[in-house]
Amino acid sequence: MKWRPSELRVRKLGMIYSYPMGVWLLVFFVIPLAIIFLYSFLTRDIYGTVKYPFTLSAYQAMFSKSYGVVLFRTIWITVLSTVLCLLLSLPAGYAMARSKNQTFLLFLVMVPFWTNSIIRIFAWITLLSSEGILSHMLQSLGLLDQGMDLMYNNGAVVLVLVYMYIPYSILPLFTTIDKFDFSLLDAARDLGATKFQAIVKVLLPNIKSGISTALIFTAIPIFGAYTVPQLVGGKESTMLGNIIVEQVQKARNLPLASAFSVVLCLASTFGVLWMLKDAGSSKTKSSLSQQAKVEANVKLSHQGDSNERA
Amino acid sequence: MKEHDIERLHARNNQVHLSFSNIMLVFVLFFLFIPLIVVVTYSFNETKEMNFTGFTLQWYKKLFTDSSALWAAFTNSLLVAMLSSITATILGSMAAIGIKWYQFKARKAIISVSYLPMVLPEVIVGVSMLIFFSSLNINLGLFTIYIAHTTFNLPFVFLLVSARLDEFDYSTIEAARDLGATETQSLFKVVIPSILPGILSGLLMSVTMSLEDFVITFFVTGAGSDTLPLYVYSQIRYGVSPVINALSMIVILGTMALAWVCKSFLKTIAANS
Repeated sequence: MKWRPSELRVRKLGMIYSYPMGVWLLVFFVIPLAIIFLYSFLTRDIYGTVKYPFTLSAYQAMFSKSYGVVLFRTIWITVLSTVLCLLLSLPAGYAMARSKNQTFLLFLVMVPFWTNSIIRIFAWITLLSSEGILSHMLQSLGLLDQGMDLMYNNGAVVLVLVYMYIPYSILPLFTTIDKFDFSLLDAARDLGATKFQAIVKVLLPNIKSGISTALIFTAIPIFGAYTVPQLVGGKESTMLGNIIVEQVQKARNLPLASAFSVVLCLASTFGVLWMLKDAGSSKTKSSLSQQAKVEANVKLSHQGDSNERA
Repeated sequence: MKEHDIERLHARNNQVHLSFSNIMLVFVLFFLFIPLIVVVTYSFNETKEMNFTGFTLQWYKKLFTDSSALWAAFTNSLLVAMLSSITATILGSMAAIGIKWYQFKARKAIISVSYLPMVLPEVIVGVSMLIFFSSLNINLGLFTIYIAHTTFNLPFVFLLVSARLDEFDYSTIEAARDLGATETQSLFKVVIPSILPGILSGLLMSVTMSLEDFVITFFVTGAGSDTLPLYVYSQIRYGVSPVINALSMIVILGTMALAWVCKSFLKTIAANS
């Protein structure tokens, strides 16, 4: 696609087309972010608004013991849920990519993904609450005490987070695996690799960009989760998102909420930059995908041989 | 002969392979659907208890005849979804065209900013907008929800339309111009018709995202402007409610219908989401 730049007339047209969105995002997205950045360096006054001078006290408060625990919990819940999502999505995405019914399988993944998130959480509450069907079954088997919930604990939070965000890791993995040339796996096998080696040394390096996209798109929303810990978590399941909401809506401590948001924002931005860097480097041939290329050539020559003989 | 053997060998390898990943896929699909199936089943249950005591449509009757707050919230949701998706589709598609074919000041800045609302956690977008609106003393309500929804819909429209424009051949426009079409004529008679699938999928995606959003709306909502997800949230905080089961059934059916309509672009959507 050739792209035609410049000329003054053309320059004006580009502005007419693109500035409305640019201005909208500047006013309603960039400026609000700048405001929370500013607020994070101020302190709270008695009316629940903010006052000068600039300090770092909001950031210092973040690392107090009670918030430190929440930060640590948010990190381990994010890591655990993201890893579980990836471990389930890799084989599932692979199976989808190799299937002949791709459209139908995508449909099956999309339906729960597009179903309202509150309704999906509600569905889990139906399963897990003390009157819920799963608790009921376990109670009648004598595995759970009467009236006990399966929810309001960190296990339930991880379970429902995996449920909510697994489509975010299945979809990019499916997309990249779908573009992968499966004959490379056969080539690796022909060269004597075991199935496991073929997957680890040929498939995984070639779908690296999909893996990092899946990782980021799953980890970021989990890191900033609010609704899931709020609805299925217990007193000990508070995550960063819950603290931010509590500070804004109940405590009216805007600087502290802003400081937490800035940290969340920076963590997400670094994640995305890392993902883009990774996607970029996988385009420049890494030694591993070159290895795959060599193996592909071997495979081609194999086929050539057999064609000649046939 | 040998080729045949190799093919058979590959076929066998593939099968062995498929079986493990297929089992995982089936497991994941079960995991995704079981909660939905349970909710739908219980929407037909006679009592509020978890034993299935008998088939009834009473919760549906209650949903359609005796849930005015729910329908008011639904009307709000529809209104916001329509207005915000139309705004986002117009602004997002225009921006995609401008950025694809023209060079101008702040072009790169617009590109990079347009990705951010998609990748930042919703809580941040919500908090920053809430603080922004309250620092300007703007009353929270449907208007602020509309602004917020348009903001998070813009990147999706922009992305989907840009993807469609990548497949569009610029020489078609040159041909139109050579034949005497004005800029506006070539826009409406050549460009828009050929990128219409991208524009429509952007619109559809925006409607879905707007109907679905909870977290951002939760921040920028005011008294009396509950959307459907906010209403459902207020109902389920204190336990299970059979009317919400019935509502869930309808929402799930609606989502299935939507996904079925989009069947032919599911792959593009998967690649872009």
